[in-house]
Amino acid sequence: MSDVTHSGGVGLPSRHIGDEAAKRLKRRYAAEARFKFFGMAALSAACLSLLVLLWTIVSEGYTAFQQTHIKIEVEFSPDNIAPAGTADRRRLMAGDYRAVLFEALDRKWSDVTDRDGQRLLEGLFGSGAEVQLRDMVVADPSLIGRKVEVWLLSHSDVDMFFKGHVGADEASGGRMAARQVAWIEALRAKGEIEKRFHGRFLTGADSRDPEMVGVLGGVMGSIFTLAICFLLAFPLGIMAAIYLEEYAPKNRFTEIVEININNLAAVPSVVFGLLGLAVFIAFFGMPRSTPLVGGFVLALMSLPTVIIAARAAIKAVPPSIREAALGIGASKMQMIFHHVLPLAMPGILTGTIITMSHALGETAPLLMIGMVAFITDVPGGALDAATVLPVQIFMWADNPERGFIEKTSAAIMVLLAFMLVMNAGAIWLRKRFERRW
Amino acid sequence: MDAKQMDAIKPAQFPASADASPAKMAVKVACRDVNVHYGTKHALKGVGIDIRERQVTAFIGPSGCGKSTFLRCLNRMNDTVASARVTGSILLGGQDIYDPKIDVVQLRARVGMVFQKPNPFPKSIYENIVYGPRIHGLASTKAEFDEIVERSLRGAALWDEVKDRLNEPGTGLSGGQQQRLCIARAIAVSPEVILMDEPCSALDPIATAHVETLIDELRENFTIVIVTHNMQQAARVSQRTAFFHLGTLVEEDDTAAIFTNPRDERTQGYITGRYG
Ligand SMILES: Nc1ncnc2c1ncn2[C@@H]1O[C@H](COP(=O)(O)OP(=O)(O)O)[C@@H](O)[C@H]1O
Ligand SMILES: [Mg+2]
Repeated sequence: MSDVTHSGGVGLPSRHIGDEAAKRLKRRYAAEARFKFFGMAALSAACLSLLVLLWTIVSEGYTAFQQTHIKIEVEFSPDNIAPAGTADRRRLMAGDYRAVLFEALDRKWSDVTDRDGQRLLEGLFGSGAEVQLRDMVVADPSLIGRKVEVWLLSHSDVDMFFKGHVGADEASGGRMAARQVAWIEALRAKGEIEKRFHGRFLTGADSRDPEMVGVLGGVMGSIFTLAICFLLAFPLGIMAAIYLEEYAPKNRFTEIVEININNLAAVPSVVFGLLGLAVFIAFFGMPRSTPLVGGFVLALMSLPTVIIAARAAIKAVPPSIREAALGIGASKMQMIFHHVLPLAMPGILTGTIITMSHALGETAPLLMIGMVAFITDVPGGALDAATVLPVQIFMWADNPERGFIEKTSAAIMVLLAFMLVMNAGAIWLRKRFERRW
Repeated sequence: MDAKQMDAIKPAQFPASADASPAKMAVKVACRDVNVHYGTKHALKGVGIDIRERQVTAFIGPSGCGKSTFLRCLNRMNDTVASARVTGSILLGGQDIYDPKIDVVQLRARVGMVFQKPNPFPKSIYENIVYGPRIHGLASTKAEFDEIVERSLRGAALWDEVKDRLNEPGTGLSGGQQQRLCIARAIAVSPEVILMDEPCSALDPIATAHVETLIDELRENFTIVIVTHNMQQAARVSQRTAFFHLGTLVEEDDTAAIFTNPRDERTQGYITGRYG
């Protein structure tokens, strides 16, 4: 045995050993555990509300990608359309497809002869069925004179009932007559009514009838608008940031510019819409309701944020790299474009994409410049009248018809997907720039 | 000077100044009455010194005494500091570098710089070297660039270590290798003078030894000015040493003379470790 005495026993008493110290330690652990718990709770609350949101939207909206169709045999008789062999698109478009449909109804339900009954039968189909028939003939004129079995779009009321979103009668939210319900049940028994994939929702534009609407009009409008916005805001923002960061003398004037950029970033977006209306449309005479003007307005709105993000990214480039470039005899511009900008690019891109995501969701300023019009064509360019996805959603949400509810939710899903794709693209782009060290 | 002090620094410790009379070399940079103000702060006060060709001049002195400030006057890096104002005359090969007709970009090609912290570009080793020659138009074909890369890396004693990975990032090298890469980058543009601001202060002793050997070799072809806070380093690598204190140049002499027989009391105090 050695007689070495360990400290803590004899000698100077340590303040970090003993009951008091143990108590202090326990309090510290408790505080840490509490903090961790609060963090977890906040995170869970956020996740939960996100899940609820997504669940509501998806459960409401997924049925919009299917639409109820009814199987029926139609005859494309030349009397109603045009003589067999006609290829002229205009004449084919002008055919009486309503008559084609009505004749088919008469054949299928030959027992229904009273006027009321016929009207109820016609009510099973909306305008979508006629458009469908017309599109078939235009795509394939050889159909004229032939009898074919087709699945035709039912009326939105039928669709809502068949999908079970509403009951039959008015008391349960539906708009079906008893005879219509009987016909539908009969069709169901024969397998002649079913929900089928509805591609038109992804390829069409706006319509009065919920079964005929599509999001492509809004999507293309958003794409054109954002493209213009990006093409303006990105280069202008970078140029402004470079000037302010690298060239501008630090004086009263640049200070004021700086403060105002920060203020502009906080201005409500409607104000930019009013500005766009007054400047671009009223003063410069740009065509209203077009993605061109929308892009200009959103670019004005995004510019301050892009400048702020770009300045932060440029400022974050280490001074040692600047010194290295200058020390070897690079001019200021060479230093900026060869070294500073490439290193700042990932940060600038991140900031820009976040701004673009915000711009994608903007509604208010675009309402001001007339991008809220009812437009049934998919825009083909930045000069066509168009609407954007969020405005489209806003208009559908405003529509009292029951069929628009699921369309609204489905359009929100498309908007979210659009945003995800955009952000994924941004991350990919950023990674590419980062890989060049 | 007490006997103990004389013991500590023997003439044998000045291998670099063993050659006869370093003061006989031609003057490369002649500075007269150089003053620098940062705003109202007078950071450098009337410095006059001749920096001679093909030898190493060391600037020593306590931190904050203006060594870096003076060094950065020699390639006009102070131009990038908005508040800095430089007066006096600095002649490089007889030409005033603060003459408005002088192009700064060209000046910095003639007077290269190596910084305290290794700062390779975040690009490949090859790109680091060829960047300078490319922007100055010193070469045009791939073969010429390849030749410059090899010559510069050999000149910086780095070629054998990196010749198989020229396309890997320069930032992936060790600290000492990075600093030699920065030296290679500086000599790639064939400067006349190389300024080094505490080039070894971020390096470990082995990497420091490498760089010091390199500096001694570079003296054959370049005029070198090195700032160091390490007096042993000044003694090892330099032929001439200048001692700065509170913004003034206190004395400048052959390195051996400064360390064995300082004329000024402040110099003596500094090298004996009384303050610093
Ligand atoms: N950019 C600057 N702005 C203002 N003062 C500076 C700046 N750089 C250096 N100084 C001041 O000039 C003096 C000399 O600094 P410096 O040349 O860096 O000293 P050393 O390199 O000898 O340690 C110090 O007092 C320092 O505070
Ligand atoms: Mg210094």
